[in-house]
Amino acid sequence: MRRGTREYSAWSFAMLLVLLFSLLPIVWIISLSLKTPKTVGDGRFLPAGGEWTLKNYKVLFEGGFDNSPFIHPLINSIAIALIATAIAIVLAAFAAYAIARLNFPGKSIILGGALAIAMFPAISTIGPLFDMWRSIGLYDTYLGLIIPYLTFSLPLAIYTLVAFYREIPWDLEQAAQVDGATPFQAFRRVILPLAAPGTFTAAILVFIFCWNDFLFAITLTSSNNARTVPAALAFFTGESQFTQPTGNIAAAAVIVTIPIIIFVLFFQRRIVAGLTAGAVKG
Amino acid sequence: MAGRLRLGGRRGVTDRAREERRLGWMLCAPAVIAMLLVTAYPIGYAVVLSLQHIDLRFPDQGGWVGLSNYQTVLSSPLWWTDVLNTVIITIISVTIELALGMALALIMHRAIFGRGLVRTSVLIPYGIVTVVAAFAWFFAFDPSSGFVNQLPLIADDKAWFGDRWSAIGVIIAAEVWKTTPFMALLLLAGLTTIDDGLYEAAKVDGANAVQRFFRITLPLMKPAILVALLFRTLDAFRIFDTIFIMTRGAQNTESVSILGYNQIISRTNLGLGSAVSVLIFIMVLLIAFAFVRLLGVRMAEGRPGT
Repeated sequence: MRRGTREYSAWSFAMLLVLLFSLLPIVWIISLSLKTPKTVGDGRFLPAGGEWTLKNYKVLFEGGFDNSPFIHPLINSIAIALIATAIAIVLAAFAAYAIARLNFPGKSIILGGALAIAMFPAISTIGPLFDMWRSIGLYDTYLGLIIPYLTFSLPLAIYTLVAFYREIPWDLEQAAQVDGATPFQAFRRVILPLAAPGTFTAAILVFIFCWNDFLFAITLTSSNNARTVPAALAFFTGESQFTQPTGNIAAAAVIVTIPIIIFVLFFQRRIVAGLTAGAVKG
Repeated sequence: MAGRLRLGGRRGVTDRAREERRLGWMLCAPAVIAMLLVTAYPIGYAVVLSLQHIDLRFPDQGGWVGLSNYQTVLSSPLWWTDVLNTVIITIISVTIELALGMALALIMHRAIFGRGLVRTSVLIPYGIVTVVAAFAWFFAFDPSSGFVNQLPLIADDKAWFGDRWSAIGVIIAAEVWKTTPFMALLLLAGLTTIDDGLYEAAKVDGANAVQRFFRITLPLMKPAILVALLFRTLDAFRIFDTIFIMTRGAQNTESVSILGYNQIISRTNLGLGSAVSVLIFIMVLLIAFAFVRLLGVRMAEGRPGT
């Protein structure tokens, strides 16, 4: 009995440490985003005397669509990440289906090549891309970012999907057809429900990947045409040259973290499964 | 898997098998092309650029210069400072990540309650934008907005980013925070493959917890650990975002990636910048090769994560 309680409190302590470790910087940036210029330097997690403000958030959206420093990058970030994710998942699903289900030579070369691309240093491509994109007009466009995001997220998508698709009992498709279902019905009623969760998980991982990119976003864009939030954050300036943009950066940082927190809260199990699926087979 | 792949060579390939082959290739082709588009061609182009004098500020002065760009880079003290910084950051952060990641993985694996809560909170650093993480840590340490200097034992006016080593320390801390969860998840995947019966048997034989960890857990997890180390090492070696946000390379804190960026984008010196890019590519190849050859990483067990 005593051992039970001791174990219980040891676990509680370990969990507390983990929570502190992973959440403290987030709490700090949220706290900064709510501070006024006067209290931003006080080093407190909870502002003294209840001096909260939402002004840092309001400033981001001031000036409407044309003049706000944040609306354009936010729309760019969302659109580019969504489009890149959609294309990557379609391409990866084709490839993963073939790899998981069909017999053809070259399969292991494709998987090995994908792994090599995952290790490829993106920095080595920015010079050529910068030069090529400027000469063919892709510089500072959505497509100019979507293409590298596709390339570098496909390995992640293919590996995750192959791991999931290998678990699907594909024979059910034939069984359904024997039972009188048309091929389309068999696909829609049997295979789709089995493949959808894994595919959705891969999509979350790819979205997080694209949402996170900074290197391509600062090298291949020069204006609000295609600049995404991470790049915009690096170039934020204060309202006047005498004010530090700390509060505004913190507020923008909190906003781009919201989708991540939503994914993590709702799909924690799936993300963990996606990241560990097929990672190491003993 | 390898057994199923083989289709018995040329002999006895039925129409159906040929059809399946063609379908397999056709389904994979778009993904393969998309993956090569921004890697194979650009790296070849980078090699071509690195052999020329190309400075976008002086477009008329182009021309082939052989290996002189490489000579310039390799004989510059800045390059070697940056290589040293990158190596130091990589080694220290990956070592800490391995230790912390293992602890986290054990906590997640053996949690007696609150497993979901722990996993959820650990995924937040994994998912968060690196630039945001860098700002969070920067603002925590920066004397004008931070709380770190108010902690006991730390001087109120310590300028963390005014000194090379303290700045590198904060950069490493931010990297460790952001990437330890991924390391932990890879290790967790390895942990779950270990048969619990082994621990029971060891317990019966009188092995204590420490012995069980070093005699059972570690040896059985060696493949998982090596793969995780390889991926994290290469990832850490490419460090860019965190340094760009925190110091932009000031106080001698540049990494090789920052140097490449500065040459190509800030100084628009494509020739010199491409030489840096190609050198980084070669170093990454060497690291991967060393892991595979010296440590015997079986790449088939790896998978990309970030």
